[in-house]
Amino acid sequence: MNIVVCLKQVPKKDSILRIGSDGKWIDERDISYEMSEADAYALEEALRQKEKHGGEVIVVSLGPERARQSIKEALAKGADRAIHLFDSVFDTATDSAAVARAISAALKDEKYDLILTGLQSDDYGFAQVGLIVAEQLGLPSATIVMEVQPEDSAVRVKRELESGWFQWVRLPMPALLTIQSGINQLRYATLKGIMAAKKKEIREVKAADIGLTSDDLKPGQVIERAYLPEKTKRTEFIEGKPAEAAAKLVEKLRFDARVI
Amino acid sequence: MDYTLTEDQEQLRRLVEEFVARDVKPYWEKLGYEDFPWPLFRQLGDLGLAAIPFPAEYGGGGLDYSSYIVVLEDLSRLGSHLGSVLSVHGLPQLIINHFGTDAQKQKYLPAMARAELLGAFALTEPHAGSDAANINTRAELRGDKYILRGQKIWITHGGEADVYIVMAVTEKGKGAKGVSSFIVEKGTPGLAFGKRERPMGLPHHTREVFFEDCEIPRGNLIGREGDGFKVAMTALDSGRITVAATSIGTAQEAFDHALRYSTERRAFGQAISEFQGIQFMLADMAAAIEAARCVTRKAAWLRDRELPFNAIASMAKLLATDSAMKVTTDAVQIYGGYGTSEDYPVQALMRQAKIGQIVEGTNQIQRMIIARELLKKFKE
Repeated sequence: MNIVVCLKQVPKKDSILRIGSDGKWIDERDISYEMSEADAYALEEALRQKEKHGGEVIVVSLGPERARQSIKEALAKGADRAIHLFDSVFDTATDSAAVARAISAALKDEKYDLILTGLQSDDYGFAQVGLIVAEQLGLPSATIVMEVQPEDSAVRVKRELESGWFQWVRLPMPALLTIQSGINQLRYATLKGIMAAKKKEIREVKAADIGLTSDDLKPGQVIERAYLPEKTKRTEFIEGKPAEAAAKLVEKLRFDARVI
Repeated sequence: MDYTLTEDQEQLRRLVEEFVARDVKPYWEKLGYEDFPWPLFRQLGDLGLAAIPFPAEYGGGGLDYSSYIVVLEDLSRLGSHLGSVLSVHGLPQLIINHFGTDAQKQKYLPAMARAELLGAFALTEPHAGSDAANINTRAELRGDKYILRGQKIWITHGGEADVYIVMAVTEKGKGAKGVSSFIVEKGTPGLAFGKRERPMGLPHHTREVFFEDCEIPRGNLIGREGDGFKVAMTALDSGRITVAATSIGTAQEAFDHALRYSTERRAFGQAISEFQGIQFMLADMAAAIEAARCVTRKAAWLRDRELPFNAIASMAKLLATDSAMKVTTDAVQIYGGYGTSEDYPVQALMRQAKIGQIVEGTNQIQRMIIARELLKKFKE
């Protein structure tokens, strides 16, 4: 079974974020990056399926030069080869549709049974790229996947619904699944894995190589302003007898502030 | 010499960073520091980190010291507990790899690389440490066996380790030339362990070790009789680089805490990081760490190129451990009263930093080594 995993590199979770000088995104200087968390679980799921059923795990990532670090980490953990969509033309591809167009084009000649992506990225959090890729490649898809069970030419998946409900769905393969964080235990890249990754292929793909021009990558959606949550102060006096006031306070703490 | 990490070193660093956050930190928080951290040690083996600079043909990582110290520094970010474990485990591996026979290498190195066997290095005695020519433990050849008698003290991993490299006198009156080194396995009759010495901040670390007519096969001699002093000094020259690296990790951790805290703690209407008195401390701390890291990397770089490195290794050990002592002490100072509380991390780092100035030769010994090297050319 051949599995493609889409990876995105995002700012590390403990980063101290500042808004950039253009006011449209964060200041990317002095920030460390890591594999988006849900993508790491998608990769882990792919590696586990490969261990059970054989085949190949192919990583695809669109990003600047630094994204190579996350690609190498995936290879060190056991992915077989990688495609790095790396071209200044891709810099404008900041919305989901443009990124998906690039990924779909890069996968046109690949043979795969499954494409796994994280449910959403830890930076933009659109949760769209996977679904648009599926649409563009004409694949069935399932979101928020908790468990993956391949059967012959189909795959059964457990999806997470609201309020603790789950749903089992069966899809013909090839299919695209967006994976929920926490569905498995992530492995470490070992020293041996890091050394073995040096011999694995990272194919750098430019827009022209997959027949795309900057027109194809124009975003349909742009971020106009990025800002930190604005804090406001409001003081409220609760009147009444102590017992009643205490009851009101508890209610407010529980339902408005949601701290108890 | 390049100061940026290679792609592989950066990958290793990130692996260690992840391991520390995901497994090491919760382990210490749950189980504390009283007992030897066996699960973490075994995990180092699983990750391929228990024999980084030793040859791949014996199961090692086959990497250089420049990569090894990157791992040691990051492994010591929560204090030197685990960094020291790896650094001390490395001494017997280095000795067996450098001086051992093929049979000895086959028998011990792969299992030590997998972290199935833990190593220890037993030189220090109640009245002799760096003064290795004056140790009292005796080894007497009788038939095809050596009989060991004596006492060692402050032996890191004592009682826990499976493989001990033991320094003992084979020929009395010959000073350093009468010292030999032996492999002693745990479980050998006559090998006994005393109480834990509980060094400050590192309670699981050391124990007394006794040899009471301890019989070992003649084949456990390392090299030839009389090689012991050379064996010990070879191991310690490299070991000093690893002590420097673990101290830098500890210092960096204390500094990062202090830097962040100085921006949060307010006094007289501003963050204390706005006061020049605090700023100068932070600047000095950062400069000391950076300088220590540079000289430590240089020592590793020289070693990797098989150039003379022993004076630089001593400088690295001296500067890194003195810096760690100063930086961790200043970190406590920046925290003020909170810094002394066991509920805050910096006091533990300060307590651990002290032993760095003492192990692998006190910092006074390091200065002797450096001075001897400086003055060598004026001697006839």
